[in-house]
Amino acid sequence: MEFIKNTKINFVSKSVRRKAFFFSGVLIAVGLISFIIGGGFNLGIDFAGGSIIQYRFEERPDISEIRDVLKEAGLEKSIIQTFGDPNEIMIKLSEGSDVDLLKRIISKEYGEQADLRREETVGPSIGRDLKRQAFWAVLWSLIGILIYISWRFEFKYALGALAALFHDVLITLGAFALFKFEFNTPVLAAILTIIGYSLNDTIVVFDRIRENIRIERPRSDAHYEKVVNGSINDSLSRTIITSLTTLFVVSILYIFGGEVLRNFSFALLIGVLIGTYSSVFVASPILIEAHLRVGSKK
Amino acid sequence: MKRVEKWKWVLIILVFVLMVLTSLPSAGLIKDEKVAKFFPGEVNLGLDLQGGTHVVFEADLDDLRQKYAERNQELKKSDIEDAMARAMEILTNRIDKFGVTEPLIQRQGDNRIVLELAGAKDPEHVAEVVGRTAYLEFKLVSDVDPSEYLDEKGELLENKSLPQHLQLRYERDEENNRRIPYLLVKDQVVPGSTLTDAFVSTQNAQYVVGFRLNAAGARDFARITRENIKGRLAILLDDTVVSAPRINSEIPSGEGIIEGGFTPQTARDLALILKTGALPVKLDVAEERTVGASLGRDSIRAGIKAILWGFIAVIIFMMIYYGLSGVVADIALIFNLIIILGVLVLFNATLTLPGLAGIILTIGMSVDANVLIFERIREELKSNKSIGKAVEYGFSKAFITILDANITTIITAVVLYNFGTGPIKGFAVTLMIGILASMFTALFVSRVIFQTVLARKNVTRLSI
Repeated sequence: MEFIKNTKINFVSKSVRRKAFFFSGVLIAVGLISFIIGGGFNLGIDFAGGSIIQYRFEERPDISEIRDVLKEAGLEKSIIQTFGDPNEIMIKLSEGSDVDLLKRIISKEYGEQADLRREETVGPSIGRDLKRQAFWAVLWSLIGILIYISWRFEFKYALGALAALFHDVLITLGAFALFKFEFNTPVLAAILTIIGYSLNDTIVVFDRIRENIRIERPRSDAHYEKVVNGSINDSLSRTIITSLTTLFVVSILYIFGGEVLRNFSFALLIGVLIGTYSSVFVASPILIEAHLRVGSKK
Repeated sequence: MKRVEKWKWVLIILVFVLMVLTSLPSAGLIKDEKVAKFFPGEVNLGLDLQGGTHVVFEADLDDLRQKYAERNQELKKSDIEDAMARAMEILTNRIDKFGVTEPLIQRQGDNRIVLELAGAKDPEHVAEVVGRTAYLEFKLVSDVDPSEYLDEKGELLENKSLPQHLQLRYERDEENNRRIPYLLVKDQVVPGSTLTDAFVSTQNAQYVVGFRLNAAGARDFARITRENIKGRLAILLDDTVVSAPRINSEIPSGEGIIEGGFTPQTARDLALILKTGALPVKLDVAEERTVGASLGRDSIRAGIKAILWGFIAVIIFMMIYYGLSGVVADIALIFNLIIILGVLVLFNATLTLPGLAGIILTIGMSVDANVLIFERIREELKSNKSIGKAVEYGFSKAFITILDANITTIITAVVLYNFGTGPIKGFAVTLMIGILASMFTALFVSRVIFQTVLARKNVTRLSI
């Protein structure tokens, strides 16, 4: 079986490049605007501090009733939401709230009906440290990858790969800002994974471009563009099928993997999708732009 | 086509057998006790999967510094180091006395201690109790009338200040939700460091904690009680008054009891932590995560379900899309999963919920390598190469691409491992093992299978 046979799609002509850059620009801008308007990310307690408590009720609980009970105890600022299953309730408390009070109230009100499933409290010092560590983790992986690509590829390729990389990470972050999905440590791990994985497809395409350029030795810019486009078409099947298998499993993780991993798998889902798109529509066009500007000097 | 060297198959079979043997008991995720008996060693489950408590204690260095300042001493780095080492020791001792199996106690950074308790009956409670400072003191209650200095709520009156020799401490009255103020005489004190033993006892059908002091403590205790008969002696635990009984007669033995409306459990807890000595520095809970065993079980179920479906989807897709070659890729994939489990057990690594996610991700990524190879073989076949040549080229040309693509992911996995906390480390570990294993299975195992088949049979049409 073969889905993609001998395609001759024009991926990188000037007009397509423009449209692609415009599209990516819009996606990034949407993320950026939601970030600014929405007041940043919906940070989980890992970063922001605070507590979450998760209960499983025997019967579907009435959230507004729980809210009233908590209000009486002066915990009206807590966020109450279902967690995956309607019987599963997660209560989020801000930093410094009295978790024990909450537990006492719930156990007084609901007794055996409410099973305490999870309790997490993170103080401000941990959140602060985590932010710092996250910054270094992202920086180090970027540096590591930068070194690797510049070692393996010419400078202009590295430019294309990096552009795709930032593109993927920015859009994934943007999606979190837009949909207000909670940003916690696993999501950060997903972002780092995307940094690594985003290059996967890009490298598949770039390897082919490099190979074909060695064979064809393009004499003009138009010829260069043609070789790049041909290489994308050559490797299109690989690009799509490899992403497809990863996309399969990530979607399944998103659907079946449980609520705890929902945000994590969402990040991966967006990252893999965008990563596939960017290897064709960002990395290669940037490579051509870089070639046009820098030329083919070694 | 030339025959495949024997050692390649020997290596494959060796790895296979080793990994199957080590990973079998861990299929104890699917539970089979008979198998587990023959092959001890299961994969470690993280707290998020088996349930348990993870606590990060942070030493209150400001508090320690202040205590040193009161004694006109400067807090040096070596003092902090000593205090932390002693705190570790005492915590270990206390956990031990609680009878928790396989606790994990670790220093983290300069002033943090990580405590992980799995499988304890009420791990959160244990963590809460062992983290108490448990600094015991006996101080004489002053006979100054408190209303001279305090308002009805027990707060110091605005225009008053306490005399130098007095201090204000409170007793919590949970029932009436208020606090009872006490004015204590600062220098009439028996420090808790003189305590040698603490035990649960009963008096008038009430649970109490009995204590015994050493010679020096007993001497001070005798003096204060002798000189202040009819006065009151406050018993303070971590600067909070537990009770303040009236002194009826001199207590020369250095033995006594603490009353405080204890339940059997709270009395036992207090006796235990008093006996192990006070922590040299106050520990604050900087982070606490408790996962119930039921949620852990659900997470395992969800994770295994996702792995199973992802696995089935990918296996079927590969078979349909690449025919018999897809079957070879599927064999490589199954092999890969066995290796991940086996290596996790061999290296005594911990499997966490994100770790399960890492395995799922690996399922997708590991067939990537085969897809790259197969697509390449298809291309080579199209350019009219012989089957043998096409397969050789396919593998050798895809090799570099696969290497490049995987190394970038490994780089981020290594960073994640170094930066991450428990669960995230688990993710990095399975991701790394999975990627390395997939290079072995996709590049080596499936290649050897191809070569063997092509060498034995006269294949005229490759099913790919």
